[in-house]
Amino acid sequence: MSAVSITPAAGSPESSSQAGAAERAQPRRHRWYRQPALMAGLAIVGLILFLVIAAPIFTSYNPDAQNLNATLQGVSAHHLLGTDQEGRDTWTRLLYGGRTDLRIAFIAVLFPFCLGTILGSLAGYFGGWVDLVIMRLVDIVVAFPFFVLIIALVFVLGPGERSIYVAITLVGWVSYARIVRGEILVAKRQEYVLAAQSGGLSNLRIIGRHLLPNVITQAIIYAMSDIVQDILAIVTLSYLGLGIQPPAPDWGTMISDGQNFLTTHWQLTTIPGVAVVITGLGLSLIGDGLADLLRPGQ
Amino acid sequence: MTFVLRRLVLLVPTALGVTIIAFFMIHLIPGDPARTILGIHATPQKIAILHHQWGLDRPLADQYWLFMDRLLHGNLGQSLYYGTSVGGLITSRLPPTLWLIIYAGVLGVVISIPLAMIAATRKDGIRDHVVRVVPLLGLGMPSFWLALILQTVLAVKYRLFPVTGYGSGILGHLHTMFLPSLTVAIALCPVVIRSLRASMLNVLGADFVTTARAKGIPGHRLFVRHVLRNAVIPAVTVLGINIGFLIGGTVIVEQVFAVPGIGNLMINSIFQRDFPVVQAVALVFGIMVVLVNLLTDMAYAALDPRVRFDR
Repeated sequence: MSAVSITPAAGSPESSSQAGAAERAQPRRHRWYRQPALMAGLAIVGLILFLVIAAPIFTSYNPDAQNLNATLQGVSAHHLLGTDQEGRDTWTRLLYGGRTDLRIAFIAVLFPFCLGTILGSLAGYFGGWVDLVIMRLVDIVVAFPFFVLIIALVFVLGPGERSIYVAITLVGWVSYARIVRGEILVAKRQEYVLAAQSGGLSNLRIIGRHLLPNVITQAIIYAMSDIVQDILAIVTLSYLGLGIQPPAPDWGTMISDGQNFLTTHWQLTTIPGVAVVITGLGLSLIGDGLADLLRPGQ
Repeated sequence: MTFVLRRLVLLVPTALGVTIIAFFMIHLIPGDPARTILGIHATPQKIAILHHQWGLDRPLADQYWLFMDRLLHGNLGQSLYYGTSVGGLITSRLPPTLWLIIYAGVLGVVISIPLAMIAATRKDGIRDHVVRVVPLLGLGMPSFWLALILQTVLAVKYRLFPVTGYGSGILGHLHTMFLPSLTVAIALCPVVIRSLRASMLNVLGADFVTTARAKGIPGHRLFVRHVLRNAVIPAVTVLGINIGFLIGGTVIVEQVFAVPGIGNLMINSIFQRDFPVVQAVALVFGIMVVLVNLLTDMAYAALDPRVRFDR
């Protein structure tokens, strides 16, 4: 309610009505459905999630079924987006590919989120050598370019879904740790934490019940852009043949399969790429909208 | 001076940590690393040779000591595929990668500054919203995909640029490396534009800008002489912070455009299961980022004396 406090001296009918208007306007401006970025993002991501989850409703083909009599076909009533070099329906593979990629991306973001939040809150709350060790570790992991470390880790762990989770967790936790640590450093000096401490609550309880609920927002906002990065990592790994293994449909493999036909059948490579871009746009908009909503004044 | 010294001291544990991570990569390989790397048809002798070469038959601490001893003598190991020293391979492949990183960084700044200016001067206007939303498209764009599209349209169809390679001579490099650099720059722009816009808005609200305005300095001159100069410093930092992102972006783009750099070397070595090369390239990239961060800090300190006194 800072808007109210800066209005001119109360008393005159004019200023009180101004204050009242400000008071009424303030919460409305912060309602989530008044955020165009958030709404647009939710609409895009919601539509994509609906399409990929309900994929069997929107297509009757099997994503892996080859039909060598109908390869590299154009757009038609039977094949909405045509077929690939093995006669598989592109629209079907797009939907099922999105299923694979989004499922892995949404799961993959959880592990670094949890690990980073735990380590970040320990570092921020206890300080001292705990902080020193954890933040040194952060510095070391950050030194490696994201994609270089992810690609190298998946290479040594062997291709596949499990390796993707491990690699993304080992590399991705650092951002969450930094964010949560920074927030906790500020929050732990607040009175409610001091009160809890003098009340004799255990440190774990203070972190878990009092601090985390107040600082987790920033980590959640970051998670939105992190999912985008994870999708890119998954798609890139699959493009290199290190990620999702064929014949399972996936956007990265589709782009890689289609690149031999780029000059003649451009849609095979372009369409899955556009799907990645739109998904990324939707998630970024949600992240932006959430940030505006939850951090007013920035 | 003390600032430089303090930064150098802080550098040591990070650099050591980078070597430890690179060293431990071999132990993440499931099963016997030598057997996994060499494949199922490897003879026991070959596996034993590799065991000895990598020191796998010794305790872990000894292995790391051996690794560091070699590293400090400039020995990054032997390539399993090329049969030559990994250090030599990397040195010969380094120039194209450095070219790409610098070229992309410059392009990124050249693209970002005018866009950020447009957004900052018309805050919350339509142009601002467009400049804020369009880069979001770049944020979720796979760079290898963008590389393929740019390559097909501008190089294959319209023949404006060579399809692949590194070119020869400075002009040749500038011409051939334009598309790869543009691809990396486009991935970098969203982040740079955002930070630049925010820092420009900060400067625009500062007292000295209001004073300059009150003195009647015309808009464009005010912007270039007062706002841009003060907003570029944060941009340097943003570029420095994102150097890992920038360098990481080159790996896959080099692969698509067949630029003979170390990113391309790394991906090809993955296909050849040439572990020592992959390990060494990851290490070199890590050290590169650590050094660039140091340079950014120093550049920042030189541009803005306040940093030197900041703890």
